[in-house]
Amino acid sequence: MSLGSQLINLFAAMLLLLAFAMLAQRRVVTLIDLFAAQGLVLALSTAVVAYTTTQPHLYQSVALTLLLKVFLLPWLLYRMVRKLDVRWEFEGLVNIPATMLIGIVLVVFAFNLALPISRLASTVTRSTLGIAIASVMLSFLMMIVRRKAIPQVIGFLAMENGLFFAATSATYGMPMVVELGIALDVLVGMLILGVFFFQIRERFDSLDLSHLEQLRDDRTPRPRTPGDAPRRREAPPASAGER
Amino acid sequence: MIELVAVLALPIAGAGVLAFLGDRRFASRVNVAASFCTFVAAVALAIRVIVGGPLVTLGRQFLIDPFNVFLVALTAFVAFTTAVFSRPYMLIEEEHGRLNPARLRLYHSMFQLFTFTMLLALTTNNVGVLWVAMEAATLTTVLLVSLYRTPASLEAAWKYFILCGVGIAQALFGTILLYFAAERLLGAGGGALLWTELNGVRADLEPTVLAIAFVFLLVGYGTKVGLVPLHNWLPDAHAEGPTPVSAVLSGLLLNVALYAVVRCKVLVDGALPGAFAKNLMMGFGLVSVVVASFLLWRQRDIKRLFAYSSIEHMGIVTFAFGLGGPVASFAGLLHMTVHSLTKSAIFYAAGHAAQKTGTQIMDDIRGLITISPVVGWGLALGALAILGMPPFGVFASEFLILTTAMREQPWATPFLLAALGVAFAAVFSKVQPMVFGETTAARLPVRPAMMPVFVHLALVLMLGLWIPPFLADWYRSAARLIG
Repeated sequence: MSLGSQLINLFAAMLLLLAFAMLAQRRVVTLIDLFAAQGLVLALSTAVVAYTTTQPHLYQSVALTLLLKVFLLPWLLYRMVRKLDVRWEFEGLVNIPATMLIGIVLVVFAFNLALPISRLASTVTRSTLGIAIASVMLSFLMMIVRRKAIPQVIGFLAMENGLFFAATSATYGMPMVVELGIALDVLVGMLILGVFFFQIRERFDSLDLSHLEQLRDDRTPRPRTPGDAPRRREAPPASAGER
Repeated sequence: MIELVAVLALPIAGAGVLAFLGDRRFASRVNVAASFCTFVAAVALAIRVIVGGPLVTLGRQFLIDPFNVFLVALTAFVAFTTAVFSRPYMLIEEEHGRLNPARLRLYHSMFQLFTFTMLLALTTNNVGVLWVAMEAATLTTVLLVSLYRTPASLEAAWKYFILCGVGIAQALFGTILLYFAAERLLGAGGGALLWTELNGVRADLEPTVLAIAFVFLLVGYGTKVGLVPLHNWLPDAHAEGPTPVSAVLSGLLLNVALYAVVRCKVLVDGALPGAFAKNLMMGFGLVSVVVASFLLWRQRDIKRLFAYSSIEHMGIVTFAFGLGGPVASFAGLLHMTVHSLTKSAIFYAAGHAAQKTGTQIMDDIRGLITISPVVGWGLALGALAILGMPPFGVFASEFLILTTAMREQPWATPFLLAALGVAFAAVFSKVQPMVFGETTAARLPVRPAMMPVFVHLALVLMLGLWIPPFLADWYRSAARLIG
């Protein structure tokens, strides 16, 4: 095995490890660090792929990944966390050991799913496809078990990382126009979510998503907390006005 | 080609101008004008395709064929009528204090951007750009759904964002797999993601990979279509957003997402020997129809009721495309058209009904026919049309789908018939007291725009009685394409 593919395998293993670390991590700030680290590993492995296979267009993806996922998005997240003053997330839906066990099952499933695909692939990275799918699924799991808004969003972004890794390991990356579009969507989505966090925080005094479980089919009008905007007709309180 | 550029550039220009105009009084008129120009451009594009046949243009990046051209025209048309409807509607909302000028600016600008993303998704020849456009459509509508910034609308928008975001991430993985399969035949680079190229080699695409890809694509875009296990976001987003947004979500966005699914199905049908994609779509469709029609009974909110009815109808269309064959696909396309026209008309009427009575809870909406005969009749006729009463177009398409199902998949017919019956009883028993009965509600300060409702219903009626030859030709050739 050449040095290049050994390096790629090493980075892939680190990616999986980071995905598990994110699953287990409860401190929001550390979660952002882990997300940035995942972006960095992703950029490094893409750079190695680009170098060993001489695919010049991949360098653009490397630059994009570095810029977006290592600097811009973590910076935005840090700023939000600081402004919103969220540090800890206490309760997950499932406790951490159980989450890890589910995670291991998911990894086995992901490798099975990847088997028929990677057998057909001709890229040097084909052995890492299983890891890519596994990290997508682990991020998925993270979104399911977390109750707070910011960890859910980090899970969402980590899922995008996994998908990007899948694209690199199966096909040496998508065409540039698509990759740019995806990056734009992720960035805009993140900005919109940033606005959202403040709205949710202002309305519910918390970023705990269990507050957002009021909508039901046969609902009776939702119980109102004081200062809550009325649902229909009456003018909303002044705080709902400008923002 | 100039028409295509106009169709795509006008909404973007509109969005820019409206963002710049801000809260001027005539901003809503500019919104209508921009939508109208887009509609004119779409009609010009349609005429061009009628005369000159399918169009692949701008470096093969855009494709206009019989399958998407009528959807482009329909999208532009409903966007235009919604803009007409939303002018007085949003004025009343502002008067009621639910919106302020800054929000109104956001609304107008996002409405145009949303139109753009849907038109881009429809006209692009590139599977990757389709994904980008669908994601962008999610982002713009998230802002529209949360426009009122009430706790309920924030909850709905958050749910919508997360569920559709996760869903669409699955679709991205499907797209990656599709690119992976195609790249081996077509070589790396942009060519391997173009529908036209993919269709040329679809028989040689690797079946296993395509099967896995289709599952991801169906689940991904199916989330946006609102197919049943993935439908949770849909009623909330429809009920909590402003009514014009519910109308375009139901009437247009679901169609566009389904369009993406069907395009993928065409490829998979070519690559796989069996009826894998068809069976999956039939299954999802049937489950959606049955579950949604039973859930209709539990609804208390008028917009939620019709949101579930949208799930049911999207299920019918998905089932029809799953059945396949010239008749069922024809009926599916017809149903997409009439559903989108009828459902947006119903939302216009329901929106005004809710404004007049000051609530969306159906038990509190009574006697619309006395407060406002046009709103009452609009809602009543719209409900009858969507329930498949002859001679409306929905009857024609449902009849075709049912008869084809009887011939080809007899086991499915009882489920379909029962579901349609249940849906009929549920919706009719809820709409009837809202339209007739006693009320004390007051008049509205601004005259409602009911014109779009009746224009839509007239079109649906026409499609039930007579389909224009060029439209029938499109449906037929699109049905051949879909298979």
